[in-house]
Amino acid sequence: MSEAYDRGKIEDYGRWREFSAGMWAWVLHKFTGWVLIGYLFTHIPVLSTAGTGEYEATLQTLEAIALVRVAEVGLLAVAVFHILNGVRLLFVDLGVGLEAQDKSFYASLIVTGAITVASVPTFMQGVF
Amino acid sequence: MSTQEQQPPETEEEAEAEQAVETEPGAPAETPGERRRRERAERRTAERAPSTDEVEGPTVHLKVYRYDPEVEGKAEPRFDDFYVPREEGMTVLDALMYARDHYDSSLTFRHSCRQGVCGSDALFVNGTQMLGCQTQISDLDDPVRIEPLPHQDVVKDLVVDMEHFYERMHAVEPYFDPDDEPPGEMEEYRQSRENREKIKMATRCIWCGACASSCTIAATDEQYLGPAAINAAYRFAMDEREGDDRMEERMGIVEQEHGVWRCQTQFSCTQVCPKDIPLTEHIQELKREAVKQNLKFW
Repeated sequence: MSEAYDRGKIEDYGRWREFSAGMWAWVLHKFTGWVLIGYLFTHIPVLSTAGTGEYEATLQTLEAIALVRVAEVGLLAVAVFHILNGVRLLFVDLGVGLEAQDKSFYASLIVTGAITVASVPTFMQGVF
Repeated sequence: MSTQEQQPPETEEEAEAEQAVETEPGAPAETPGERRRRERAERRTAERAPSTDEVEGPTVHLKVYRYDPEVEGKAEPRFDDFYVPREEGMTVLDALMYARDHYDSSLTFRHSCRQGVCGSDALFVNGTQMLGCQTQISDLDDPVRIEPLPHQDVVKDLVVDMEHFYERMHAVEPYFDPDDEPPGEMEEYRQSRENREKIKMATRCIWCGACASSCTIAATDEQYLGPAAINAAYRFAMDEREGDDRMEERMGIVEQEHGVWRCQTQFSCTQVCPKDIPLTEHIQELKREAVKQNLKFW
């Protein structure tokens, strides 16, 4: 179907605007999932050096960089959203509260935002 | 032919009758037949009157997708603008029909019952799948962008090829097949009220294809059954009178790789369904049913 779906230049105009809550939830869940997987995989080379002092040294160097601190806030946001939306999806799988699926998505976004903002002072301590 | 031969005297009579009504109120009123004929003639002249391009009063701006592979110069998709007089209670389908009848008779779209039962006028209006006959123009932002259903082949203008959708609908064997005959001869297959209530929404499907068109999974996975077909499977799977063999067979189709498990619960089908069928809920319930059938430890 995908090749027959071509309707010329006017086809894809503004198509992303038709996205609804459930679709955004899905896209964000996939995105955050891949970010978390990538983050987990970065540990594989580092963990093998644990105990030699290299690991601690690497982490201390990284923590000193302001950009890394900012990225850590982003990582927390990604993890929190993935957890909350995951819980939401568990409820959807159980068939509980399907009517409120869009509200629960917005709620998980708001809670993610709140937790992220609240975490900023902790993460940014001593950087600037 | 005979009616046409009678035409001239009739118009004279009409003119006389009208004069009579105007001049002497006490005179005998025109017969029902005469009145009808007069009204019809008046209506005809009234209809012919706005044949000029200018329409008085408020209008609706339609942007309609046009495409005709058989005509050179129309083979490249484009949008046509129509300015249709706005009327109270006007639906998208009404506006389209006005545009077709008054401006461009080559404008092609499917419609039949005009009351949301036949399911032939599912359209993509302002970025959402909806039934043209069920959508009020006043609920939409101007201009109203009307396109054929996405993710289906366009045959011409707003007409899409539904064959793939029908194939998937038939793939789940959507027919009733009980194991045993009812007790007596000519007896009905009885169903409990509760069970009827359970499958009530699922029976409402009118095969319009709006859900399958809105589904991002169905758009990328050609083999995915799609919401409507799974809903049809649900309608029979949840029917307590359904036979065990058929039930097992159907669950086998539904729980395949391209069956229920492809659903990512984006709820787009549930949102666009013109019959308000809770499609995602039904798909999720079939998922649980499939798990229950496969995880039998006893």
